[in-house]
Amino acid sequence: MTTYLIKNASILGAEPTDLLVADGVVEQIGSDLSVEALSSVETIDAQGLIALPGLVDLHTHLREPGREDAETVESGTRAAALGGFTAVHAMANTEPVADTAGVVEQVWRLGREAGYCDVYPVGAVTVGLAGERLAELGAMADSAARVRVFSDDGKCVSDAVLMRRALEYVKAFDGVVAQHAQEPRLTEGAQMNEGELSGRLGLAGWPAVAEEAIIARDCLLAAHVGSRLHVCHVSTAGSVEIVRWAKAKGWDVTAEACPHHLLLTDELAATYDPIYKVNPPLRSATDVEALRAGLADGTIDIVATDHAPHPHEDKDCEWAAAAFGMLGLETALSIVQETMVDPGLLDWAGVAERMSHAPARIGRVADHGRPIEVGAPANVVLYDPAARRTVEAAETASLSRNTPYAGMELPGRVVATFLRGRATVLDGKLA
Amino acid sequence: MKRHLLSAADLSRDDAELVLRTAEELRSLADRPIKKLPALRGRTVVNLFFEDSTRTRISFEAAAKRLSADVINFAAKGSSLSKGESLKDTALTLEAMGADAVVVRHSASGAPHRLANSGWVRSSVVNAGDGTHEHPTQALLDAFTMWRHLGSLDGRRVAIVGDVLHSRVARSNALLLRTLGAEVTLVSPPTLLPVGIEGWPVETSYDLDAVLPKADVVMMLRVQRERMHGGFFPTAREYSRRYGLDGRRMATLQDHTIVMHPGPMVRGMEITADVADSDRSVIVEQVTNGVAVRMAVLYLLLGGSEPAVSTEGLSE
Repeated sequence: MTTYLIKNASILGAEPTDLLVADGVVEQIGSDLSVEALSSVETIDAQGLIALPGLVDLHTHLREPGREDAETVESGTRAAALGGFTAVHAMANTEPVADTAGVVEQVWRLGREAGYCDVYPVGAVTVGLAGERLAELGAMADSAARVRVFSDDGKCVSDAVLMRRALEYVKAFDGVVAQHAQEPRLTEGAQMNEGELSGRLGLAGWPAVAEEAIIARDCLLAAHVGSRLHVCHVSTAGSVEIVRWAKAKGWDVTAEACPHHLLLTDELAATYDPIYKVNPPLRSATDVEALRAGLADGTIDIVATDHAPHPHEDKDCEWAAAAFGMLGLETALSIVQETMVDPGLLDWAGVAERMSHAPARIGRVADHGRPIEVGAPANVVLYDPAARRTVEAAETASLSRNTPYAGMELPGRVVATFLRGRATVLDGKLA
Repeated sequence: MKRHLLSAADLSRDDAELVLRTAEELRSLADRPIKKLPALRGRTVVNLFFEDSTRTRISFEAAAKRLSADVINFAAKGSSLSKGESLKDTALTLEAMGADAVVVRHSASGAPHRLANSGWVRSSVVNAGDGTHEHPTQALLDAFTMWRHLGSLDGRRVAIVGDVLHSRVARSNALLLRTLGAEVTLVSPPTLLPVGIEGWPVETSYDLDAVLPKADVVMMLRVQRERMHGGFFPTAREYSRRYGLDGRRMATLQDHTIVMHPGPMVRGMEITADVADSDRSVIVEQVTNGVAVRMAVLYLLLGGSEPAVSTEGLSE
């Protein structure tokens, strides 16, 4: 295994220092490291680069098995590595659904074979995501994939009794239910954020209350049964308020925000270009401000990508016929820099907390999200915040091209990613 | 004018008045024995209808044919929504056949925008009704009808009554009538007004009886009985009692006030037969005017700035 001497990296934005990465761990940190004894050392000049712990995504759609035309575990984890991630949680809405030990073990194994980052399968809460009866959550927890996060993402566990039982049941193995909060009756046929613009465009509205009502209910349920709740892709100002209230009560509720909800607004729907169609939908500028503030003050614990690849034809059509979702892995860190770091809402330590430490804690992933310190697994990303780049859809490592940021200039560039001391990305390219 | 007509908002006041003046010239054709002009000879107009609408399709067809254009009717049962040929592939096919204008009706809001702005076709796109979004030529023919009866629309009060939430006619009319200086009041039960209506350049009211005496125009919208099952109102009878136009309510109108309906009417639901068939009703005239307005739109999009009707042809 190659030993890397990373020169002058700025850990979480601190004074530059050197890191010696060997045998899968951070072996030394400091200046004037003694490396004479080592025969093959590759030196990386990290002058001007920020070193962050490898990013952890709690919300990724890898599409395999079932939709290998949109993404595979291999292509999706390549995209993840290029985005600075060393671990991703693969959502359960595959075909077949990841609702058995067999499917989650398959996804887990595919991740290990690909080797670009660690893949932690998310188990479905209900059989077939049908919202009728619990899947074998215990079998998935006990499998080789050691599932701890359970979600019907894409669908809401809307039945209150079923949600209660799921929250209770996962306590036996310290699991968490990650809820896609969407009251189904209030969102039948919904196409975009409900507001003045949806009325003008004649697109069926997805009202904020449909998200907020479920989050409020679930917070109360989680408190009642003393379990852990994680709220996926919070998108409205009201949701941030409810989560803030639940946390103030001391309840074990965590929440995520997606990069696109931190940057883009529903005005983009006026183009009728479904590249901007996503679920939950892009919201108003007021909501975007509230999400940023919530992420800054810790009400929202983490940034998760909701990376959702779709084949070209599912976006190259009329809005109502198009699929919901957008790519996110390769642009997440840049968007967090643009929306949070550059405006002074979050420092790099805050970014490490929101994109690495906290998601690893919520997902109960032991070897990721650890501080960069001597002896820790060498999951490290080197990031150049001074770089600028224009996003090109054709250049994504993802098999799909549905990035809403095409043509947009974003700050920052992932220069290198290390997974347990092995470089998955070097000089901005897959190693 | 812009190259496409996708929304009533695409029309400036000058554009809209040009359409109305051109329609007025072209309407005189309807009274002549030979109702045909050579203006669009050799041009191809495709009627691309993904949703059933016999009235609008034959209106566009008559308009194009009276301008001597070749007309291709393409009725696609279902759309890509029902996993048939995609909108894109249909568009590419029409493009390959050399369409100069595509008149599109689609159940998905924004489908004509996609057609016009995705690089799939080079031809002019005319929105003939998209989902619950817009129907700009309907608004133009409505404005034309009002203009013929009332003259300038500046300061005229237009009440649009019914299912505004699902109505593309209401959306296009609200925009166009505002452009032309009219004051629009949307009258509807609260469940059938869109969220955010406060931002529209219109007044709203839940009380039809309060609005009628001041109106110069009353436009009734069709209310589909299916909406009852969506819980938008309790029963058809209750809807009719509160928002239907009957003889009693008609008696409260000013003498000059006209009654309009984009059709198809549900007699007995939003409008009673005695109102629909009364002297105030211009509903049949709207159909005649529809052909003239659509001729004007096709002519202005495809034919350019020459007068539509040569002065030699018009001896009066």
